Amino acid sequence: MTRSVIELKVTDEDRRIAWLATAAVGLSLVDAAIPSPLPGVKPGLANIITLIVLMRYGWATAVWVSGLRVLAGSLLLGYFLAPGFFLALTGTVFSLATLGIARHLPERWFGPVSLSIFAAFAHIGGQLLLARLWLIPHDGVFLLTPVFAAAALIFGTINGLIATKLLADLQSHPEPSPSA
Amino acid sequence: MHWLALIKPGDWLVIVLGVLLVGVSFPLFWQGGLADRAIVRQNGQVFAELDLRSKRQLEVPGPLGSTLIAIEPGRARVVADPGPRQYCVRQGWLMRPGEIAICAPNRVSLQITGRTKVYDSISY
Repeated sequence: MTRSVIELKVTDEDRRIAWLATAAVGLSLVDAAIPSPLPGVKPGLANIITLIVLMRYGWATAVWVSGLRVLAGSLLLGYFLAPGFFLALTGTVFSLATLGIARHLPERWFGPVSLSIFAAFAHIGGQLLLARLWLIPHDGVFLLTPVFAAAALIFGTINGLIATKLLADLQSHPEPSPSA
Repeated sequence: MHWLALIKPGDWLVIVLGVLLVGVSFPLFWQGGLADRAIVRQNGQVFAELDLRSKRQLEVPGPLGSTLIAIEPGRARVVADPGPRQYCVRQGWLMRPGEIAICAPNRVSLQITGRTKVYDSISY
């Protein structure tokens, strides 16, 4: 019998992604616990983590953290591979793609608030598109667009402000060692 | 630190554009206001114009038989039609201005109108 000696090297980067993804999953759970008048209107608190990761560690890490958050969050809340999972995934893909472009905006003029609003609009845009193409193949879906857009603007702005505040606070403290 | 101090000039621009976008989206997606009238046509002629306020039913005679239309507060539908494919029946409730159910074989149509006229399409 051969002994398997596969050793996975865990880098500091892996640990950091795992910690941040855990925080994001935690916020997803908080998100899910907040009652909402309309399915689809959610604060999206986990996006605060995505924004902070994007600003501090770059886009690739943000993709990892968001991807893990969608996967683990859906497993914990029990909607893995259900329609809600694909809606969340599409929203995340769209907003990450938008963040990938929007992060090149001049930092002097545009802060995380702008990024957050762009991401929120992309998120709901992607979800509406998927809903129209797959779940409810009728233009009636778009009747809800103004409500979703308004929610995206409000929550996008609030999340962006929180992320900006946290980033400003982090700047005055040294980075904690991820290998704890 | 004050919250407003966290917003950069470009962010304000994005917020203002976002508000405008949301503001424009309401009339864009909710054009025509609420449904308040139903127009029933037979062979192209207006057969009846009904207020969508009270509950009632209407029978419209056509070449194949009679088409049954139901009116309820804020909505209307074709309940039964002698046509072979039943497209207009299967459309279900119509509740937005501009919506129309056409029972072509029996030459009956049911259209919803609001306060403002809604166009199907516009070309310049």
